[in-house]
Amino acid sequence: MAPAETKPRREGAVAAGLLAAPLALLMRLVDGPMGALQRLIGERRMAYVFILPNLAFFSLFVFLPLIINVIFSVTGGAGLFPSERPFVGAQQYGYLFDCGSFLDPSSCREDHFWRGVSNTARFTLFQVTAMVLFSLLTAIVLNMKIRARGFFRAVYFFPVLLSPVVVALTWKWILQRDGLLNAAITSIGGERILFLVDPSWAMFWIVFVSVWAHMGFYTLILLAGLQAIPADLYEAAEMDATPRWRVFWRITLPLLWPNMIVVIVLALIKGVQTFDEVFVLTGGGPGTATLMIVHYIYETAFANQVQNFGLAAAASVVLGVVLFALTLAQLAASRRKGAA
Amino acid sequence: MQGKHWISALALTAGLAMGGTAFAQTTVRIAWYSDGNEGEVVADLLKRFEAQNKDIKVVLDQVPYKAITENLPVQLASGQGPDIARVVDLGGVARYALDMRPYLKDAAYWEKNFGPFLPWMRPEGDSSAITGFMTQLTVTGPFVNKTLFEQAGIAMPSAKATWEDWGKAAKAVADKVQAPFPLAMDRSGHRFFSVAVSEGAKVLDDKGEPAVIDDGFKRAAKRVYDWHQSGVMKKELWGSVSGTAYRGANDEFKNAQVVMYHSGSWQIAQFDKTVGDAFDWVAVPSPCGAGNCSGMPGGAGLVAIKTTKSPEAVAKVMDYLASEPVLSEFYARSLFVPGHLGIAAKGLDYKDASPQAKAALKVFSDQVAELSPVAYKLQGYVNNRVIFNAVISRLGQAISGEGTLDEAYKRIEADIAQQIAERKK
Repeated sequence: MAPAETKPRREGAVAAGLLAAPLALLMRLVDGPMGALQRLIGERRMAYVFILPNLAFFSLFVFLPLIINVIFSVTGGAGLFPSERPFVGAQQYGYLFDCGSFLDPSSCREDHFWRGVSNTARFTLFQVTAMVLFSLLTAIVLNMKIRARGFFRAVYFFPVLLSPVVVALTWKWILQRDGLLNAAITSIGGERILFLVDPSWAMFWIVFVSVWAHMGFYTLILLAGLQAIPADLYEAAEMDATPRWRVFWRITLPLLWPNMIVVIVLALIKGVQTFDEVFVLTGGGPGTATLMIVHYIYETAFANQVQNFGLAAAASVVLGVVLFALTLAQLAASRRKGAA
Repeated sequence: MQGKHWISALALTAGLAMGGTAFAQTTVRIAWYSDGNEGEVVADLLKRFEAQNKDIKVVLDQVPYKAITENLPVQLASGQGPDIARVVDLGGVARYALDMRPYLKDAAYWEKNFGPFLPWMRPEGDSSAITGFMTQLTVTGPFVNKTLFEQAGIAMPSAKATWEDWGKAAKAVADKVQAPFPLAMDRSGHRFFSVAVSEGAKVLDDKGEPAVIDDGFKRAAKRVYDWHQSGVMKKELWGSVSGTAYRGANDEFKNAQVVMYHSGSWQIAQFDKTVGDAFDWVAVPSPCGAGNCSGMPGGAGLVAIKTTKSPEAVAKVMDYLASEPVLSEFYARSLFVPGHLGIAAKGLDYKDASPQAKAALKVFSDQVAELSPVAYKLQGYVNNRVIFNAVISRLGQAISGEGTLDEAYKRIEADIAQQIAERKK
């Protein structure tokens, strides 16, 4: 057995050597110029040189579009380039916030925006709550010594790998008038339900589908957190005959909290940004019952004959501010918890 | 000896260079969407064009309809569009269109044969440019599942029947044969306005500005709204999505779930191919309202784009595609109502069409005479999609229970005014 094991190990070492040789050569080549640069600008400033490529990439694809977006939000008209667009100041923001009552979207000039805000808030609340609960529950079960644990871990993660459009189309076929679910309901003598035409059902299903599709990702984060909790804490609790629920509240949850914060923040941000799955599954309907903010932005900027980039950009800025505030609040909460 | 080698090398280089010149091609890019088989037909015709014109290579980009309505305007605004595009939003794209007159072989031929449709494709304020031609003239109108009427033992309403007659008949048939959709109408402003114009809507005032909400419009909106309340129309189309989203019922019609489907002539090829002998379907004349029995004209135009670097080549391709023999073949094989006056006058032999498709084409062709001037005016109005989109968005909300019709009317007027004001900034 021994020689058979040695051979692949030796081949591996040769392959690693072959890969390492050009890298070492490359390092030797850049060593000289980098050394010279370090002598010139000082060791402390070298950090900026190393982050420069990433910063340039980020600036080009994140900061620059962000700035362009803000510029668009203070311009009007239907032109594409900023030079073709008249400056209108805060007019687009004024349109967005022109409301009789913010609790009644129909009293707003841009009622669809406020319907989007209201729907997104409700969707995010339900979705994040359900996502965290089900992800936690699944992670706890998958962390136990159950049969076929690896298989189940893969099964729960699989939907994450699917494209949102595929997910939405699959569920659309299940939920439509002659879909799989209605076939099952009618086969047992039930009445056909128009899941995507009834506003309450439509909201329920977009939350359900979203949780189904993304739960695996959050489960994975929580599972990693659970596996990092030292086993001796549980052993000590077991020796003290601590009830299971107390173990969960006193050991598992506090030690899992940093991971929970990550899950909540990520789910919250993703929830507010939701577009593709809902767009394909319900098209924002029935009526505007599942119209999300991002859908409103898309519709305003691209679907109308007069493509209102200014108003869409203003709505994007508002959305960005909300996301930024949410992230700051969550980070503050996690810091407070960490300090405590 | 060395000298001979030099001469051979020079000769070879010169030969290669000349060969290269002979095969230098101008590329013309066309953005094309299809409702039926017209993409295959035009690809076939363009191959023949390339065989006759070795110096021009035509690239046909077949794209979804949504790419034409949403992505193309952004491409055109950025100056990165195709050389030619097949579009339905003729007024919206007109400002990017190329006036081909200096490059066309015979501009008079275009004026003579495409005259009534050329203004649809002209930029606002321009009364003479030739920018494209209609690849199809469409007329809205209903398709009826005749087999369902026969199974229900109910007689089909006559040629001059009203919308009300058809609504009642379709509901009676659907109830009897358990069809889920008595009457379906595409979720499209264009289709809605075929009802509105027949109900006497004027849409535009004497100055040509939008004056959408009048008695005719309200009659049509109330009819469609009431149909949804009474179950004549189901909410899956108009009430199921938000905003400007288009929804059609062609799949439901092909599956014999719809008694009467109000759509248009562009569906004929599709139904002819996919329904086959599964059931008998017929096109019927557009039902009458309080005003007239008009449908809406429309269609897709093939428009040259002014940012092209090769206007001569573009005009050559357009001249070829618009020529009478080529266009006759295109219309006949695609089962389209001709948008060429000469061909329409001579009549077209749809050789490949089934008797059902031929009969449907005749119904739609005959409907052209019934079209109201209001319908033509609306089709030619540069901001017509602003009106269409506002109507489907707000009427859809009312149908799904978000607000009343009166609230929808106010929103429609406000949306139209706001968008047109934005365009004028």
